[in-house]
Amino acid sequence: MSVVYLDHAATTPILSEAAAAMTAQLGRVGNASSLHASGRAARRLVEESREAIAQALSCRPGEVVFTSGGTESDNLAIKGLFWSRRAEDPRRVRILSTPIEHHAVLDPLTWLATEGAKVELVDVDRLGRLDLDAFRATVEADPESVALVTVMWANNEVGTVQPVREVVEIAHAHGIPVHTDAVQALGQLPLDFAGSGVDAMTVTGHKIGGPYGVGALLVRRELKPTALLHGGGQERDIRSGTIDPPAIAGFAVACASAVAHQGELAERLSDLRDALVAGVRREVPDAIYNGDPESGPEHRLPGNAHLEFPGCEGDSLLMLLDARGIECSTGSACDAGVPQASHVLLAMGSSEEFARSSLRFSLGHTSTQADVDALVAAIRPVVDRARNAALSSRSGR
Amino acid sequence: MMRVLAAMSGGVDSAVAAARAAEQGHDVTGIHLALSRNPKSYRTGARGCCTIEDANDARRAADVIGIPFYVWDMSERFHEDVVEDFLSEYAEGRTPNPCLRCNEKIKFAAVLDRAIGLGFDAVVTGHYAQLRTGADGLIEMHRAEDMTKDQSYVLGVLTQDQLAHSMFPLGDTPKSVIREEAARRGLAVAAKPDSHDICFISDGDTGGWLADKLSDVNRGGSIVTEDGETLGEHEGSWRYTIGQRKGLRIGTPAQDGRPRYVLDIEPVSGTVTVGPRASLSVDGLEAIRPRWCGTAPAAGTRLECSVQLRAHGEEYRAVLAVDGDDVSVELLDPAQGIAPGQAVVVYDGSRVVGSATISSTRRAAAEVTG
Repeated sequence: MSVVYLDHAATTPILSEAAAAMTAQLGRVGNASSLHASGRAARRLVEESREAIAQALSCRPGEVVFTSGGTESDNLAIKGLFWSRRAEDPRRVRILSTPIEHHAVLDPLTWLATEGAKVELVDVDRLGRLDLDAFRATVEADPESVALVTVMWANNEVGTVQPVREVVEIAHAHGIPVHTDAVQALGQLPLDFAGSGVDAMTVTGHKIGGPYGVGALLVRRELKPTALLHGGGQERDIRSGTIDPPAIAGFAVACASAVAHQGELAERLSDLRDALVAGVRREVPDAIYNGDPESGPEHRLPGNAHLEFPGCEGDSLLMLLDARGIECSTGSACDAGVPQASHVLLAMGSSEEFARSSLRFSLGHTSTQADVDALVAAIRPVVDRARNAALSSRSGR
Repeated sequence: MMRVLAAMSGGVDSAVAAARAAEQGHDVTGIHLALSRNPKSYRTGARGCCTIEDANDARRAADVIGIPFYVWDMSERFHEDVVEDFLSEYAEGRTPNPCLRCNEKIKFAAVLDRAIGLGFDAVVTGHYAQLRTGADGLIEMHRAEDMTKDQSYVLGVLTQDQLAHSMFPLGDTPKSVIREEAARRGLAVAAKPDSHDICFISDGDTGGWLADKLSDVNRGGSIVTEDGETLGEHEGSWRYTIGQRKGLRIGTPAQDGRPRYVLDIEPVSGTVTVGPRASLSVDGLEAIRPRWCGTAPAAGTRLECSVQLRAHGEEYRAVLAVDGDDVSVELLDPAQGIAPGQAVVVYDGSRVVGSATISSTRRAAAEVTG
């Protein structure tokens, strides 16, 4: 059974050129911190990779801090900037964010709240977009006390693009630094670190056709986030730990490719996504398209289709599609694999029941019309069966 | 070949049951039931149904067997139908069996119904019981080959429709063989200890758990003798079970110097009656809510049979009189420490006839109502 992979937002296949760049390095010895020729060669590869990433994302090479991926970058930005900003001025205890962030942002915020932070999550609208008026009011209530702002570039579940430029304007008027988690945006939307004005940005390799376990925090040189990991002083003393040249080489190749092909990929995925949504709604007319219905880099991730199937359990749908070789996601899962109602949909005003009847289909660089056709062909019987199961399970014996 | 759903707790029995079903050529999908909203709050390790560790063990077993695996969230249904029921039964002075209730309401109802709706033909579990097709074409449930592991008692609530959509692949095999088989199949849970306690009481302290949950419901009452003499006060009748001897905390000894046992719990007044062991003897009981595995007996039926009155308990010879939803059981040998709320499961030889919930018991001295 051939697999129809519609879960690129979870992870996307590695690009062959990224795999080649990575494997070319795997057999070579050399610690990038060593002073001899092998060490220098490893360091050169790392620095060339850093420059390639800086060029692709419009930042300075010195602003690229390599990490183990999105979760670490988010933790480093949020905890590190909170600690350093509060150390400069103890009044700065507020962190402003949104309720639709990834758990790699929300959970550090929850933890920091036990460490003296005052976390304020500003509401989003029904499309899943930050309410800017509410955000401005929250900042201006007491700007002196804000340590930092963190707002994702685009939501991983419903694909809604956030008004990051406006957030930056409001925050910078009061000298408050802004972090953004751009893990989902890279490769799908135009991304420009310098042009965006953000002070810190999270990116990761495996969402863009690079390897797992490597990512970066782009962070302005003026900011000194307090380190999470202490040791050898690598990465400007912000992130100690032996540098991983093969992973970084693969990440850099993937990053350059993702940015170079972003425009054409976005156009292709947007068309495929529209075909997917139209096809599914033709088969299941009462399916609801969640998030921002408009396409475009200010509106929605081009590869994201988030659909609600009233009367179905999302995990029943997922299981029935999986049995037919079609792979997608219910949105979020806890570590026991227990399906939970999505915190994103709940924040958008959805009821728990509706939140549990949704599926996320996400497209990426290997997606084809045949994938969309396979889903459209399968969806009606799958939805019928899932509805049937929900009804019989509810009625009881 | 059938499409079957294997309920995998993370323990050795359900893992081998799933493996056997797959080996027999069935199209098997593994599921683990998440029964707690907060998996960390339920018992870890020994009891195999509710923790992240158990979910991971079940997932690894499914990997080894080579079947797809999912986690189903049944926490709301479990809370409503099993945990709440357990609490309200205790609050009423009865002694419920939550495993039986879980089989009746969750595993062979909510899960089975959803499975059928999703296109599965049956649910397979690691219970020790045997299913056979009888001469009349109906599915019969019999005790397991290994009487020390027999679980037909907690399955006694299943109806013909539920039995027709169930598979118990372990019923013909001793537990020791199952462990060896698990090891041979490369299942890492082969040496995992058996589960004994109530899965939703994380530290195994049922009394403490009940005291915590029921402190507002039932504050206390008197401890009295059969003659009505007050011996002391207690802080909640849920702390007592009929037949209990230890922890009564009565200062004055009985006149004959012999130990005293809980004979009766009256939930409204909170009165707990205690007395000598002889007064625990029961020679008859009334039961309600019968569930028959096959055809329901006609009204007025008198049935010579045997009955089991608690999990892992002994069998008593009995005569059953059935009148609609009322079942009257005459015990030919007296039983001791029987509490309202427990299930009476009726057997004809090794075959399960049905079950009912005990509503009252008859002692030689007095009648006990709960």
